[in-house]
Amino acid sequence: MFWKDVDILKITFPHMGNIYIPLKTIFENLGLEVIPPPFCTRRTLELGVAYSPEFACLPLKINIGNFIEALEKGANTIIMAGGIGPCRFGYYGEVQREILKDLGFNFEMIILEPPQGHFFELLNKVKCISNKKNNSVKDIVRAIRLAWKKALLLDQLDMESFKTRPIEITRGQTDKVYNWLLQQINDIRHEDNIDNFKTKIIKAFSNIRISDKATIKVGIVGEIYTVLEPFVNLNIEKQLGELGVEVSRNIYITDWVRENLLPAFLKPKDHTKMLQLAQPFINCFIGGHGQESVAQIVNFSKKGFDGVIHLLPFTCMPEIVAKSAIPRVSQQYCIPVMTVILDEHSAETGFRTRLEAFTDMICHNKEVNDFAKVHSRN
Amino acid sequence: MKIGIPRALFYYQFYPFWKIFFESLGHNVILSSPTNKEILKKGIELCVDDACLPIKIFHGHVADLMGKVDTIYIPRIVSIEPKEYICPKFLGLPDMIRNSIPDLPCIMDTELNLYRGKSKIFDYVFKLGKDLNVNKNRVLVAYYKALKTQKQFEYQLTRELRIPQDILNETRQIQKDQVLEKKPSHIKVLLLGHNYNIYDDFISMGLIRKLRKQNIAFITSEMVVKKNILEGTKKLSKDMFWTLGKKTIGTAHYFLDRKKIDGIIHVASFGCGPDSLVGELIEKKIKRDYTIPFLSLNLDEHAGETGFNTRLEAFLDVLEGRGYIEDNFSTYG
Repeated sequence: MFWKDVDILKITFPHMGNIYIPLKTIFENLGLEVIPPPFCTRRTLELGVAYSPEFACLPLKINIGNFIEALEKGANTIIMAGGIGPCRFGYYGEVQREILKDLGFNFEMIILEPPQGHFFELLNKVKCISNKKNNSVKDIVRAIRLAWKKALLLDQLDMESFKTRPIEITRGQTDKVYNWLLQQINDIRHEDNIDNFKTKIIKAFSNIRISDKATIKVGIVGEIYTVLEPFVNLNIEKQLGELGVEVSRNIYITDWVRENLLPAFLKPKDHTKMLQLAQPFINCFIGGHGQESVAQIVNFSKKGFDGVIHLLPFTCMPEIVAKSAIPRVSQQYCIPVMTVILDEHSAETGFRTRLEAFTDMICHNKEVNDFAKVHSRN
Repeated sequence: MKIGIPRALFYYQFYPFWKIFFESLGHNVILSSPTNKEILKKGIELCVDDACLPIKIFHGHVADLMGKVDTIYIPRIVSIEPKEYICPKFLGLPDMIRNSIPDLPCIMDTELNLYRGKSKIFDYVFKLGKDLNVNKNRVLVAYYKALKTQKQFEYQLTRELRIPQDILNETRQIQKDQVLEKKPSHIKVLLLGHNYNIYDDFISMGLIRKLRKQNIAFITSEMVVKKNILEGTKKLSKDMFWTLGKKTIGTAHYFLDRKKIDGIIHVASFGCGPDSLVGELIEKKIKRDYTIPFLSLNLDEHAGETGFNTRLEAFLDVLEGRGYIEDNFSTYG
């Protein structure tokens, strides 16, 4: 076995938005060394594209870039999630292992497979590897609880920033506060410090000077990786915020964990209910977040949002099926939807232009509608 | 009632079953025309742009059937083997059709889902029977009759080594393709790819026709018995959850190990999710452990036949050249 040859395990994992913070917390609290990959850059993407199969979807390519950069920094154990399909993600790990092996790296890849998987199998596996560290069940539970609380804080942080960014008076203020708080959450070591952090977040954001200008509300739906990873979606949340749009996402890390890693009886009920909204358009589970994307568009329209942006990586199978349903959904629920397909050739300027055009259209629509209302009253 | 079946996707695998099943329940089965330019054009117009070529062509076939039939049979094929799926696009196919094609006649979208076990096939046939308003006894009779034909069809594929095209078109003259034993001097090619791509003469740009014309012996994964495919997949570190991908990779491993072939052609459609990974795994395997030439053909609606021919010819030249060099190697150095 590989881990007999090396003394210290240096764990790494792929990036997906802020997920590195809770993951790092778990492993570090179990006494393992963690080397998170450097943040995604042009280089990450180029490495990924160079060594991945041409027609694989973008997340696989970025993962490869992450892994290469982390292995270069000295990591030797990769933690990756598996799956049972039909989305390609379930077979990512196998392909990535082959690619990295061919590149001559010396590493071990731990792929966590559902349904036996879940968190405890991961920890069991990690426990076997690091048999020097005698972690008791209590330690493990403590580590997970801390990570979970951090994940909740991160989601709250995102939500708060979505609210203030479009109405901040000095541009960039929200980002400054956001990054400062992110660093703080990353540095928390003990659970005691976490409980009053919630109020700290709210307080920090309330210190930002805001105007009372009217915003429009846009929902973001689509494939989880493209929604959560700002490098891939070209900072869509920030860009929309700067355009005066209040953003809302369909998926947060904690929701995903609740819906996918918890046993069936603990799963949130409203999720299944929400999926039923997609029934007339997409009648069954189609893998990935395909059905959910459609359901969320309906949901956003019911909540009174002004528009929805649908994100997917190029050739993503479930989202293509979802895309075929969107024109009908959009018509039936009178909500504009823009689909953005992301791949390694996406460029920020063109993307910005599309976002501007989309928001302009929404604003114009609103104006016309309001105008009509005023006139009808007279 | 006239039931229309599009001549695309799983037509190449389940048509004998569907035909006999519907006919023994007293319905007429009507097929769409073989794929042609018109169908492709309609398919591209109707279908969402990001879908792969076979899905687009399926849309065209459905459009071709409209007006000619009372109902179109578009099953939702979730899974045909336990613990495996086909592909998300198959799962959502009836939805895609409903969302993209206006003024559809009524469609039958019975779900075929054997994910939780093969016995679920009865759920499927009874649901079909319910949609057609027939009682269970008659459904069972029709099912066993259809099953017999399907078994016979599979026997013809794996034992007589015929290809679905010939059996389904009822070509009289039997063309044995897999002549591995009988004509040892011929070049033997393993033709990998999804059945709805390689057997559709239009999509694959006559690949099979062209191979036959060049007198190349070929074998496809449809001609391999399941046992051998499973033997091939044993080499995988994780079981594959796509039925078609598993078939492809299993066949590849099986023949690579036995060294019975001179070359491999892998046909994939542009944007095919499973094949983007399966193709890569096969290619890596061949590069690492074997010295067999590998040709990967990616098809979409823009593929030009001339370029396709050039690549195929070049590949066959390589295979021929290798045979020639090995045979005539000078003993004097």
